[in-house]
Amino acid sequence: MRFDPILADMRFGCGLSPDIAPPESVDAMLRGLAQPDAMADAFPIERFDTFLGRMQRRVELSQIRRKNRGTELAATARKDSKLLNKAARQDALGWMAAHIARRVKSTTPLRERLEFFWADHFTATGKRGVIRRATSPYMESAIRPNLNGRFEDLLIAAVTHPVMVHYLDQQTSVGPNSVMAQRRPGKVGMNENLAREVLELHTLGVDGPYTQTDVRELAELLTGLTINFNTGRQFRKPMAEPGAETVLGKSYGGDNPGLRDIEAVLRDLARHPATARHMAGKLAVHFVSDTPEPALVDALEAAWRDSDGDLPLVYAALLNHPAAWETTRPNVKQPFDFVTSACRALAVSPERLLSRDPRALNLWLYAPLRLMGHVWQKPEGPDGLQEADSAWITPQGMAARVQWAMTVPGPLRKGLPDPRDFVETALGPRANDTIRFAAAAAETRQDGIGVVLISPAFQRM
Amino acid sequence: MDRRAFLARSLGLGCSLAASPLVTPVTFAATPGEGRLIVLILRGGMDGLGALPAYGDPEFASLRGALPLGEAVEDYADLDGFFAMHPALRPVLPWWQEGHLAFVQAVSTPYRDKRSHFDGQDILEAGIADLSAGLSRDGWLNRLLQHLPDTGTETAYAVGNDPLSILSGDAPVARWSPDTDLALSPQAIRLAELVMQEDPAMSAALREAFSLAGSDGDALSFDGARGDMMAMVRQDMMASLRNQNHVKLAEFVAKRLRGDARIASFSLNGWDTHQAQDRGLGRALTGLAETLVTLRDTLGGPVWKTTAVVAMTEFGRTVRLNGTRGTDHGTGGAMLLAGGALRGGQVFGDWPGLSEVALYDRRDLLPTRDLRAHAGWLMQGLFGIDRGLIEREVFPGLDLGEDPRLLA
Repeated sequence: MRFDPILADMRFGCGLSPDIAPPESVDAMLRGLAQPDAMADAFPIERFDTFLGRMQRRVELSQIRRKNRGTELAATARKDSKLLNKAARQDALGWMAAHIARRVKSTTPLRERLEFFWADHFTATGKRGVIRRATSPYMESAIRPNLNGRFEDLLIAAVTHPVMVHYLDQQTSVGPNSVMAQRRPGKVGMNENLAREVLELHTLGVDGPYTQTDVRELAELLTGLTINFNTGRQFRKPMAEPGAETVLGKSYGGDNPGLRDIEAVLRDLARHPATARHMAGKLAVHFVSDTPEPALVDALEAAWRDSDGDLPLVYAALLNHPAAWETTRPNVKQPFDFVTSACRALAVSPERLLSRDPRALNLWLYAPLRLMGHVWQKPEGPDGLQEADSAWITPQGMAARVQWAMTVPGPLRKGLPDPRDFVETALGPRANDTIRFAAAAAETRQDGIGVVLISPAFQRM
Repeated sequence: MDRRAFLARSLGLGCSLAASPLVTPVTFAATPGEGRLIVLILRGGMDGLGALPAYGDPEFASLRGALPLGEAVEDYADLDGFFAMHPALRPVLPWWQEGHLAFVQAVSTPYRDKRSHFDGQDILEAGIADLSAGLSRDGWLNRLLQHLPDTGTETAYAVGNDPLSILSGDAPVARWSPDTDLALSPQAIRLAELVMQEDPAMSAALREAFSLAGSDGDALSFDGARGDMMAMVRQDMMASLRNQNHVKLAEFVAKRLRGDARIASFSLNGWDTHQAQDRGLGRALTGLAETLVTLRDTLGGPVWKTTAVVAMTEFGRTVRLNGTRGTDHGTGGAMLLAGGALRGGQVFGDWPGLSEVALYDRRDLLPTRDLRAHAGWLMQGLFGIDRGLIEREVFPGLDLGEDPRLLA
């Protein structure tokens, strides 16, 4: 198999669109990634440095509450704090709509898919307080600008990002012999949470050549990495474990600990052969099949090793490999890909979507995604969404997709297309006579659109 | 095939169970005994001292105020001269006399000090001692399932639209949310089956969905006007967002347990009572009582006899009320047990006392036992599995300790 524009849109893009032509070539897809990010401009999502303002305000309000207990001032601050949380919750739904709008309108949809792939690889979310709504700003700031560069820069941006540092409890991890531990003996200490996930999930993989000692040493090296509510990422020396640490046989840091030591170990981990192997497998599974051709994985691994993780070259190796265009074992779309590719095929108006009130977005998108098994931006764990198709082809998952496909497209756009036309728009050459028949036999437009969207030809990529 | 011919020969709605590869006859034959375990996760941190006040403790009144004990609906029910039960639980009070209701006081997971819901629930569902090795990826009910003989794909149900990591893991688990309720026109159902045919995995899942959706109380096929259908779907969606569907969940679970299922779990929310807890806790406990009553009514006598329900929460709350008449996150808490399999009518657990020195961190009830021990002994009794296996595999590293003899 070779490059096929239709499959390119379905498998490496956001599905077919009635308005936007599929890519002409692999080169065009890769060139698109290097072009200015038109979708980020058209459908903006708050960046994390702006979001920090919300976190600062929240801290100020709780200080006011603490200092003025029982007074009118505290009551007002409490109310303001609630409003602040509510605004963030509603804005986060708006950012979900913006992610969808980008997928509907993008002429470089591979960028959207890569952003979600890497955001899932570097799963992070807020656990308490207003930072719970910071996932999209984290993606916008740490993931999206770095998805077409070197993996090591993406790794550093994600792992040292305040949302990740918070999610994996790094900000409270204090070196056992640090200045702070000596000042408050027994009160502070270290945890291995981020260190373990960096090795196990973000770089080498669970089968990688690391030991418990490496986890411990990396955890010690990571101490000092914390969050500053004014500036974001911060390194606080008093928290840092003094002295050098040895990770995978190499010594990092010394008497003057700093962020550069953490960056150094992350760069080495990014280029490690085990990381190349781990990531090659993960990319092939995510984009092509649960059981990818071994030759494809080998090719990705080689491209990664030869380039020290230069992502555009790895993407090129993926898209230029014949096995990437095999159609015998295609993946099932994850819920967000399913819903957004339906929106793209339906040419849902972004303006209409973005002007919807939070209640409607909740009802038509957030709640159905949850029923499909994807709790939006509330991951079950740091390993993110499941890759196996079997995780999504469940009775509940299928039921939620069917109900969504048969009911929600109506409210999402003004007037539905004729199902007989929609078969061709949504499926192109994948349309077959059974689906054509079903679309035409439906009693209502809603049902007709629904049967097209739930057809395996649409649900698989 | 034209439309008329298709409609004429379509087989109607009854999706034959036997035809579904997900519901094989093997599944029907395979059941690991008659014991049944339902785990309710009370998310938010239930105030154990509010649900089950230790009014006999000399410190209680100074901490929480005098308790209206009595027989009236709004009164607390005296259980044993020391503990009373919140009025909202009155619907299950008769079960206390029957021995079908019990509590465990002053228990918790090993989680301490940070008092975060997120980590607390993670530890509760993972059934592990701490999170130093990262967030967990499998839950203790799934690990139990991996060691039960003769299980099938429908032995365990994770119900509701909550991830329920307590059941995540390698053993297959059926997941269903009855508020995914399918409401489709009869023809849409037939057409959906038709287009799915070419994909065996999707087709099987859809057929099981249709059979499950049809079995949960309201019909799958919807004959009313399109607008009514939309309204119904909207209502279901909103209900699922508000989590007000506990009765529906309980009904569904009980129906499954009447069949091949032996293990089920779902969550009840609304326990995070930082302010005006009289109202909030009452509401949450009312939901719990309704859930229990629905479970018992739907399970029916003989199955109820072999069932144990355990309601557990990520942590208890502060023993003192705070400035907004609520309670903040604490440590030791209570667990509720119900079911015909129980040796109930008693409050299990060692009471640590409420005096300042007896408290954990001078603010929380001191946990006197790991709640996993009680869960472990329940599993041991219900499913006849080896104690050592529970200590090694289900709750790695836990010493189950003395048998509290929770079961009749």
